[in-house]
Amino acid sequence: MVGEQETLVILLDVSPGMHPYLPVASKCIATLVHRKLLQSKNDELGLVYFGHSETDNDLNKELEGYGNIVVAEPIAVVSQDLAGRLEDVPLGFGASDFLDAIVVGCDMLMKRLGENKKGNKRLCLITDAESPVREPLEGTVEEQAKNIAERMGEQGIKLDAVVVRIGQNFLTNSSAMRKNESLLDIFKLHTQTEVGIARSAMSMLGIMKPRVVSPTTLYRGDLELTPTMTVKVWVYKKTAQEKFPTLKKYSDQAPASDPHATREVKIDTEYKSSENPDLSIPPEQRAKAFKYGKNYIPIGEDVLKALKFETEKGIKLVGMVKSSKIPRHYFLKESNIFVPEPGHEKSIVAVSALVRAMKELDYVAVVRCIWRQGQTNVVMGVLLPFVATQDNVADGFYFNVIPYDDDIRAFQFKSFSSVPEPLQPNIDQQEAADNLVRMLDLSPDGDEELLQPEHTVNPILQRFYYFLHLKSQNPEAEVPPLDEALRCLVEPDPLLLAESEYGLRQFSQVLPLIQNTQKEKGKKSFWRDKKDDNLLQIKDEAGMEVDSVGPVSFSSLASRKVEEVGSANPVADFEALLARRDSPEWVGKAIQGMKKMIMDLLDSAYNGNTYEKALACLVALRSGCVIQEEPLEFNSFLQDLAIKGRGKRFQDFWQQVIDKRITLISKDEAPDSNVGAAEAASFLTGEKLEPKKEEPEDEIDEMEALLGEAM
Amino acid sequence: MDFGTRSRLFEDDEEEEELNYDADGLANKEHVVYLIDAGCDMMMPFEKGDSYLKVVMKAVEEDLKGRILARDDKVGICFFNTLKKKNIQEADGVYVWSELDDLTAELIRNFRSLHENFQKDIGSQMAIAANAQQIPLYDAIWVVTAMLRSGGKNVAKIVRLITNNDDPFSEVNDSFSEKEWKRLIIQKAQDAADLGITLDLLPLNTPDKSFDVNVFYDQIMHETDVDSFENADPASMLEQLQSTMKKRMYKKRVVRKMLLTVASGTEIALRTYAMIRPSVPPSHIFVDSLTNQPLKVERTFICGDTGSLMNEPLKRFEEYQGKKVVLSVDEVSEIKKISDVQLRLLGFKSLACLQPYHNLRPPTFIYPDEEAVKGSTCAFIALHRAMVRLKKYAVAFLSGRATSQLVALVAQEESDNQESPNGMNMIHLPYSNDIRPAEKYHASTSSVPRASSEQIVMATDMIKKLHLKNYSVTDYPDPALQKQYSTLQTVALEQDEENLPTTEDFTLPDTKLAERAEFFVKIFKNGVFGENHEEEEREAAAAKERGSAATQKRKAAADLAATESQEYNWAQLADTGKLKDLTTEQLKIYLRANKLPLAGKKDILINRILTHLGK
Repeated sequence: MVGEQETLVILLDVSPGMHPYLPVASKCIATLVHRKLLQSKNDELGLVYFGHSETDNDLNKELEGYGNIVVAEPIAVVSQDLAGRLEDVPLGFGASDFLDAIVVGCDMLMKRLGENKKGNKRLCLITDAESPVREPLEGTVEEQAKNIAERMGEQGIKLDAVVVRIGQNFLTNSSAMRKNESLLDIFKLHTQTEVGIARSAMSMLGIMKPRVVSPTTLYRGDLELTPTMTVKVWVYKKTAQEKFPTLKKYSDQAPASDPHATREVKIDTEYKSSENPDLSIPPEQRAKAFKYGKNYIPIGEDVLKALKFETEKGIKLVGMVKSSKIPRHYFLKESNIFVPEPGHEKSIVAVSALVRAMKELDYVAVVRCIWRQGQTNVVMGVLLPFVATQDNVADGFYFNVIPYDDDIRAFQFKSFSSVPEPLQPNIDQQEAADNLVRMLDLSPDGDEELLQPEHTVNPILQRFYYFLHLKSQNPEAEVPPLDEALRCLVEPDPLLLAESEYGLRQFSQVLPLIQNTQKEKGKKSFWRDKKDDNLLQIKDEAGMEVDSVGPVSFSSLASRKVEEVGSANPVADFEALLARRDSPEWVGKAIQGMKKMIMDLLDSAYNGNTYEKALACLVALRSGCVIQEEPLEFNSFLQDLAIKGRGKRFQDFWQQVIDKRITLISKDEAPDSNVGAAEAASFLTGEKLEPKKEEPEDEIDEMEALLGEAM
Repeated sequence: MDFGTRSRLFEDDEEEEELNYDADGLANKEHVVYLIDAGCDMMMPFEKGDSYLKVVMKAVEEDLKGRILARDDKVGICFFNTLKKKNIQEADGVYVWSELDDLTAELIRNFRSLHENFQKDIGSQMAIAANAQQIPLYDAIWVVTAMLRSGGKNVAKIVRLITNNDDPFSEVNDSFSEKEWKRLIIQKAQDAADLGITLDLLPLNTPDKSFDVNVFYDQIMHETDVDSFENADPASMLEQLQSTMKKRMYKKRVVRKMLLTVASGTEIALRTYAMIRPSVPPSHIFVDSLTNQPLKVERTFICGDTGSLMNEPLKRFEEYQGKKVVLSVDEVSEIKKISDVQLRLLGFKSLACLQPYHNLRPPTFIYPDEEAVKGSTCAFIALHRAMVRLKKYAVAFLSGRATSQLVALVAQEESDNQESPNGMNMIHLPYSNDIRPAEKYHASTSSVPRASSEQIVMATDMIKKLHLKNYSVTDYPDPALQKQYSTLQTVALEQDEENLPTTEDFTLPDTKLAERAEFFVKIFKNGVFGENHEEEEREAAAAKERGSAATQKRKAAADLAATESQEYNWAQLADTGKLKDLTTEQLKIYLRANKLPLAGKKDILINRILTHLGK
């Protein structure tokens, strides 16, 4: 991953226009140094201030001119001292001429590395590009820029320009600014140049690339359109996620004072026999076994080879399809880019013709790719036309991996058009949403797009590298808070927010969103909602949930409306009935049905085989009555049951009720109750007013506590 | 936080994600009992002299093969209208061949060989079977209900009843008992339904009569199921039974529930689903090759300095400027925690801003969660419609335990065929350092050639001919996975490691397409490459080949060897065993001519030649 050694010269504009942004700029440079120290510690760095009040550079000494440019740090291998020195950037009051600064930077690079294409040379220019560039004695500035750019191209010097326009928009651009921006564009045509307009401190961090990854091709060879027509292409990665570094495991076993301790931890993986845990099985005695149904099927070496799919390296066109056939969400992985083989003019023209024709037709190309010989799978992908905007860049294709049938899971979701009327947005609500989408605009017409991925720094890595630096200096250092400059990543831009305040307020007002906090105690809150006559009544779960789980059509049973307490699953039926809100009658029906069910279960009992179910029903009935505030229903039923239970036949059942401490519902639980807590508790044993605090709930809590411990 | 979760924080996010692909959970388990009619009607010939029963059993076998790969199902197999009986209820005419159990290769193998001895072991009941005293269907439903009684809530319980006889009462001549039997069977079916068992009928037409569900079966089926049987064409019915392809079935599972914060206090509840994930190859474990017993994997941590065993360390370090900077788990998790807000809306952008390369991983599908926040559905639909109409997507910041990312929320509209449902797709956006300026790696210092408008027209004509009109990604199974599945199946079922199957690779281009486009391809080729392209390429290649002096010398040697080599009849020398009579120098002529290595003793050289000749 790490590219070859790089030599970089940073050209920082310190003229008055830049003064407000210098602290951010110095932070950006510090970040860059921190990263280089960790990832590419052999890289070299130089630092030049321009727009400085003073002048101190070789070219000035040799040729005169090049005023207000100070070489603050001659090119040297990056060091922590350098990182320290970056903290105070001088405020300059001189004229800032970025073309001069670029020439000084190039001169430093060439003196350091010699005049040739070798080496990995880069300039990083940070400027507000506000001050006009001095007109040359001969010719125009444009010609001058072109000359410099061509020279840079010959020398292989890359340019990254960060144009600071924090808190500004395109309306405030002065003519000097526009002219300077077009001067920078000239560089794009002659050397590898990136110009980024930084509208926020965050994008300054994003645009400044800490290092350049040296390009490696994923594939070089033919793109076969048909067996008789092939084009030569090279494939590169276009996106590749930069990962959080894998940190080494730390061992504290060696004494802290030992300066030579490696602190490393080795991991030893052993395969042990399941019969004899002391027996380690050597690699040659291990075989792979694949799951097939309940069993694992051992696979020998020969078959293992047969499991592998054999391929021939190459990229073949499967066919051209309408771009709508491959929707955006089919893109599966990081993207690649196909470029015609550099220097192969025929392929450059052929790709150009294909790209432009596809763009015109709105077609994309489906291709099957085997990047390497011996690859054991086929990658299906899509080529999308990339029409180059710069004259010196060849047309190409963006490539994305697309799924196979095996990768697509056909889950069903309810169509928005069939969502019930109360959940459909009305005209006002739709208008509020439309307004919000229009106002909270990150890509205003004619202006720079905000939060461009190209300009957005990874906040986690940014913080990690900074923390590492802090901790290397002070082991007690704490994790720094998120950099203020990155706040615009986690919350909307304050400026934008202020502009669209009306839209946001309107949206919040006409589209009420109410958190269902009592989800666990659900039933009660549903009940109350109904009393509150809330218009936004929640549909039954079954109604909102989408039917048919997977390919199994099981929906008919699942969505069947429960009408009575059945014998198969009385508790679930009872709860479902209580949850029904299409009529208040269901509660009464549920309670009566449950009572009958309990009695039926007891009457049909044989050797107590139904007691467990009956007890479960009784517990459900009790909690249902508490929630529905119908304590009398339960209390009278339990009293009836007690009479029955004290008889001979159901004595054993009643004993279980007592054991489970299923008491009357007390006033504490439901205000409408006719018994106090003490009476409720004593009722079971028939004893008068024996103080027993234990409640059924305690049991549940205990269970939870136990489970909690286990987890 | 327990130890496991803590140490996982250190792991690579990506790796964790990959692991989760399969852990998303397979589709709900099914418990299926095949209830197969073995009555005399099923003995009628169906095709190629095979009886209905045989064809049905073949189809069931295929279904079992699909199931064993797709899910961890349990199956049972029961025949009715049989001569012999086997069931714990001791009911006549019902034969439980296999109780409900996990699927194994052995079961499938036994089932396959069952048909040969079917008449001997189980037997078909002849016409007298159904009479006023006994209707095997009644007992059969009773028996299979009992078979499916166990099993938790999350299991789909299904009886697949396969028959070609639409009137189980044809032999009952007394209308009173027929009515009574019907009542009893309907009651039994209702009992089964109360236990959560779905009765799934696969009716088969016979040549002289279409299966009429209205005669009886509609009364024991759930109403909605009946419509699909308008045409009970046996072939298509059986195909329906075994349509399960070799594809893992996943259940619809919520990956994560989250809140989309539009403004403080305005939060839309969402559920996320993994609709598209690269499927993973079949999983494997290690076994002891001597005993075939699974091995236990034991990881031990050893201190590199002292060599002592230790617990998995909870600290990590990184070398920075010669120092070992130590970080604790808590510090790492704090670094990764960027925001307390799960998903924060930052604004909207025009769809044109979403570049094709703004992609890192498969998207996540999101759908409103009315249950958690009332009003979510309404607000979500309103935003969805606004975004579709204004051609915008939302940009939001997603904050998770392991990763924090800018995401694009792109509205997805419903397609007619339900292939894509309505909702939004959350696309993970790269950061600046994840994007490489690859298109500019070879930026030239001057302008590069472009296609002329004539050349673009030629390309257009060709592209139109290369168009696949009815293309759908779902037409392409992964050839590598299909190969693994079918190889595994063959090894497991045939126990034959020699004749492994070959699978068709559907990803190869259709040659007809190229033929159809041939004319326009030629025009395009001449248009962009010129008439003499092949020659020029050959010359360019030759020039490259000539390149250095060393390559020229090597080439001369090869040319010489090739001429010399023609003076020998190598195949004949090999067949007659006369290669050993040649000198090593003579042998090397062959090797050189065929660009084979020249090293080794004479025996080795001869062997090399023989191998190359394919002897």
